[in-house]
Amino acid sequence: MYTTELDKTATAPTPISGEDPALIAAFEARVAADEFIEPKDWMPEAYRRTLTRQISQHAHSEIVGMLPEGNWLTRAPSLKRKAILLAKIQDEGGHGLYLYCAAETLGTSRQQMIEALHSGRAKYSTIFNYPTLNWADIGAVGWLVDGAAIMNQVPLQRTSYGPYARAMVRVCKEESFHQRQGFDIMLTMANGSPEQKAMAQDALNRWWWPSLMMFGPPDDNSPNTAQSIRWRIKRETNDELRQKFIDATVPQAELLGLTIPDPDLKWNEERGHYDFGAIEWDEFYAIVRGEGPTAKERLKDRRAAWNDGAWVRAAADAHEAKRAARSAVAA
Amino acid sequence: MSKDWPLWEVFVRARGGLDHRHVGSVHAPDAEMALRHARDTYTRRMEGVSLWVVKSTDIAASDPDQSGELFEPAATKIYRHPTFYELPDAIKHM
Repeated sequence: MYTTELDKTATAPTPISGEDPALIAAFEARVAADEFIEPKDWMPEAYRRTLTRQISQHAHSEIVGMLPEGNWLTRAPSLKRKAILLAKIQDEGGHGLYLYCAAETLGTSRQQMIEALHSGRAKYSTIFNYPTLNWADIGAVGWLVDGAAIMNQVPLQRTSYGPYARAMVRVCKEESFHQRQGFDIMLTMANGSPEQKAMAQDALNRWWWPSLMMFGPPDDNSPNTAQSIRWRIKRETNDELRQKFIDATVPQAELLGLTIPDPDLKWNEERGHYDFGAIEWDEFYAIVRGEGPTAKERLKDRRAAWNDGAWVRAAADAHEAKRAARSAVAA
Repeated sequence: MSKDWPLWEVFVRARGGLDHRHVGSVHAPDAEMALRHARDTYTRRMEGVSLWVVKSTDIAASDPDQSGELFEPAATKIYRHPTFYELPDAIKHM
């Protein structure tokens, strides 16, 4: 659904390594020429580490992202909405799988990544630590959260690591349905009864700022951005993407007849962009640290899903062991 | 921590007449489960009419560090391409 690198302080500027300068120079030249790096190619350790962290965080976000929406599956207002939401959630699971596969090509096993998520060591997008309180939130999540995700992911289709770029092509192809179904819910509610319109406005009020935070810390507080841009891991900075998202979304809110909860939001003729108010970064960092309203619940649900499925995995293993034993006897 | 299931590479034929193309991979204990996972993961939108799965460990791959030597002969034998030959103007199609 979405990625931006969290946890940046952990590995700030690249440490001096014992890597061969000629190999590094050849790598930098390939990346600068917009060539793709593939799993068996030589790459600097810091590149591998940064990508492993970014792709696995992205995968975790897709997987955890199923939870706030799953919360509303049994209470969708119609069979049509339920079927659509189910398909969207299934896509998110699929996106997580594409991304785990891409991360595994860098040498970290699936088990290690899942273990890191379930133990609370790994990060996932802060946005999923906010609760989905009512059906309008499902609309707002699709419209804003998936909208922000698309803004982030479109440039990642040209990220320098081949398996990641290819996963993003698949994800982006599927993601625009997610945003449209969310906007469709918002449109229906905004054109519904006054109570429904009020619900849509309330959901926008609660999801607007967290959606802007999805793009990550401001550029001047994002120490790895320069290196990630040079290595073509990222193609646009957090602030550039955030501005793009705001510019694209404001007219959509106007069309819905809803008000964006930012008194400072104003078109700036000179810049050709919307100006917007200050973001509460303290809230963002608190949520990165796992202090979001639902952080504990999300991880508890994730672990429960994994543990409740253990018997299925055990049965599949037993079946395969029996089959292998049989074919050994037959041979 | 338990062990990962083996990794399988997934190939999809988009429609009759086309080659199977690599699309990604799945973990599964056996081929039958790998096919089921591949179907759910890679063909949710009519992306294919046929699936192949093959254990990743069964694939032999060339070494990217050797690709210069390995593929070099093709670059120096440009006479293998029809555009190498100049045709008299009188010949319109060949």
